Amino acid sequence: MTTATESPIQPAGRRRSGPASPSLVQSIGLVAEREVKMRLRSKTFLISTGILLLVILAGIVVGGFLAKNTASETTKIAVVGNAGAGLVDGKTFDVTEAADVAAAEALVKSGDVEAAIAPATDDNPTGVQVIFDSEASNTLIMQLSAQPQVTILDPDADGSAGFLLYIVSLGFGLVFFVSATTFGASIAQSVVEEKQTRVVEILMSAIPVKALLAGKVLGNSILAFGQILAIAALSVIGLTVTGQTELLAGLGTPVVWFVVFFVLGFILLAALFAAAGSLVSRQEDIGSTTTPITMLIMIPYFAVIFFNDNPVVMTIMSYVPFSAAVGMPVRLFVGSAQWWEPILSLLILAITAALVILVGSRIYENSLLKMGGRVKLSEALKA
Amino acid sequence: MLELSHIDKSYGERKVLDDVSFQVAPGRMTGFVGGNGAGKTTTMRILLGVLAANAGTVTLDGTPLTPEDRRRFGYMPEERGLYPKMRVEEQLVYLARLHGFTTHAAKRNAGELLERLGLGERRNDALESLSLGNQQRAQIAAALVHDPDVLVLDEPFSGLDPMAVDVVVGVLSEFAAGGSPVLFSSHQLDIVERLCDDLVIIAGGRIRASGSRESLREAHAGNRYELLTAADTGWLRERAGISVVDFDGGYALFDADDAQAAQAVLREALTHGDVTSFAPLRPTLAQIFKEVIQ
Repeated sequence: MTTATESPIQPAGRRRSGPASPSLVQSIGLVAEREVKMRLRSKTFLISTGILLLVILAGIVVGGFLAKNTASETTKIAVVGNAGAGLVDGKTFDVTEAADVAAAEALVKSGDVEAAIAPATDDNPTGVQVIFDSEASNTLIMQLSAQPQVTILDPDADGSAGFLLYIVSLGFGLVFFVSATTFGASIAQSVVEEKQTRVVEILMSAIPVKALLAGKVLGNSILAFGQILAIAALSVIGLTVTGQTELLAGLGTPVVWFVVFFVLGFILLAALFAAAGSLVSRQEDIGSTTTPITMLIMIPYFAVIFFNDNPVVMTIMSYVPFSAAVGMPVRLFVGSAQWWEPILSLLILAITAALVILVGSRIYENSLLKMGGRVKLSEALKA
Repeated sequence: MLELSHIDKSYGERKVLDDVSFQVAPGRMTGFVGGNGAGKTTTMRILLGVLAANAGTVTLDGTPLTPEDRRRFGYMPEERGLYPKMRVEEQLVYLARLHGFTTHAAKRNAGELLERLGLGERRNDALESLSLGNQQRAQIAAALVHDPDVLVLDEPFSGLDPMAVDVVVGVLSEFAAGGSPVLFSSHQLDIVERLCDDLVIIAGGRIRASGSRESLREAHAGNRYELLTAADTGWLRERAGISVVDFDGGYALFDADDAQAAQAVLREALTHGDVTSFAPLRPTLAQIFKEVIQ
């Protein structure tokens, strides 16, 4: 930190009073602090964050509920003699032995068992009958059915994990999309607000423009990061409480990578949004410059929903900087990425982010004082 | 002493400032006067380093301005700039902290200023909830909150009612009296006339006149005199070297060919009766302004 009083070129008595100017880091910190403080005071922000967290919590609870329903409780049945032994053996039933058909029927009627298996009264090829109380359970009949041997030649292409993959992909895509658009838009708005109200002139006379931009990006990144951490924490706790530890074990690594990718990816988007905001002078015009960026965010979101089972698309997505934050964690979840792939992709993202920040800050600096209509991109890029 | 030397600024083909040079002396209020689009705001932005000049230098006490110096400036932009949704005191504290103040010192300064400017009770209100005049006061507080060494104010009085003008004039005069240069622009010439020690007139991007208010009035005074006596002034019309512009009993307004002729009129008037007043007619700022921008 250089202070005027220490500087030898300052003539004596030139300075009346006042403290030394803050350092670059302090300036960035002050700007970031204001961004965070103002955002946390905004009801819109708090409500939308609350809704996002609720949606995710609901997803986890519903997922847990469905998982329980299909896999858990063993069905109680009564068996007369050793009827249907070949069908019942090796399956998870809670078997009650009944002395005869009448006893079995009584057990079914009383609700102690769901169904009873007794010798068939007609010439059914299975040789057994299943006795229900008022309504036949197809699930149970399916469970009791004899099935031919099944051999799958390409087990990786199996669609049974498809739904889970879809949900996980949707989860990453949604969280990325919502966070990036929310905080991106708020950066653009905050830039335009300063430009529109001209407070930017006062700020520029107090601190360097790059400190202003960096502070804005930092402040909003902290908020976005905080939100992502809250979501990650909520997911982990939710999955643990609802007993979905198996899914959690599979998601752990991808979630960590998602957070890492998100941080870098968000900084890249933040610089873009700030530059886009600085091109216009009024809040009403923000859309005209931020829409292309929103599109960039929407592409990975939709791509991951439609192509999450297409390895080629997902591989490409996991390396393109704008979609890597979604693509790479999904590939890690599926297990189709080598250990070095996220590192390489992260490197590409980091380099892109650095370039975008350079270009973005140039646009930002050149456009801040140009009022009126939309500043042309070519004009903003010129010195 | 804040000094601008040979500042040029063009936007593309259009030259908005052409060889602009003037000084803002410490402890004096310098009024910066010009029509719309004359270049006042551009000049002030260059002073603040918000805009870069194409040529020319700005120096403070003889050395070129550094960003560090400029941080010790207080600035009020033409179009008012504060955060609409932030509380008044909160944003003053923020701005002071951006200038390096501790939170504690920033709060003290902001509190004192708001009291001085009559905004003490509104300190915790969002800026946008204040009336325009009160927003203006908050804006002035924002320019002063970091105890600046130099004040640059673009149209500080526009939108203020007469009471608020008095409050602001008081605050600014006190600031200048502390030995700091103050430059303010205005198109309200009567306020400038009342307030400024020095004057800079700009038109079409060029400085048309600058200097102390009195010396400018002197320079543009011409040869018109005003005489008020107890006796009738009809005799004036007969005198050589005098042409009467207006007269009514004991009051006469006349142009004299030279100072001697005017003094001779005074001597003669005393022989006719008591003279209540005899003075060269100083032009008002508005008259000088009209004259120099033509």
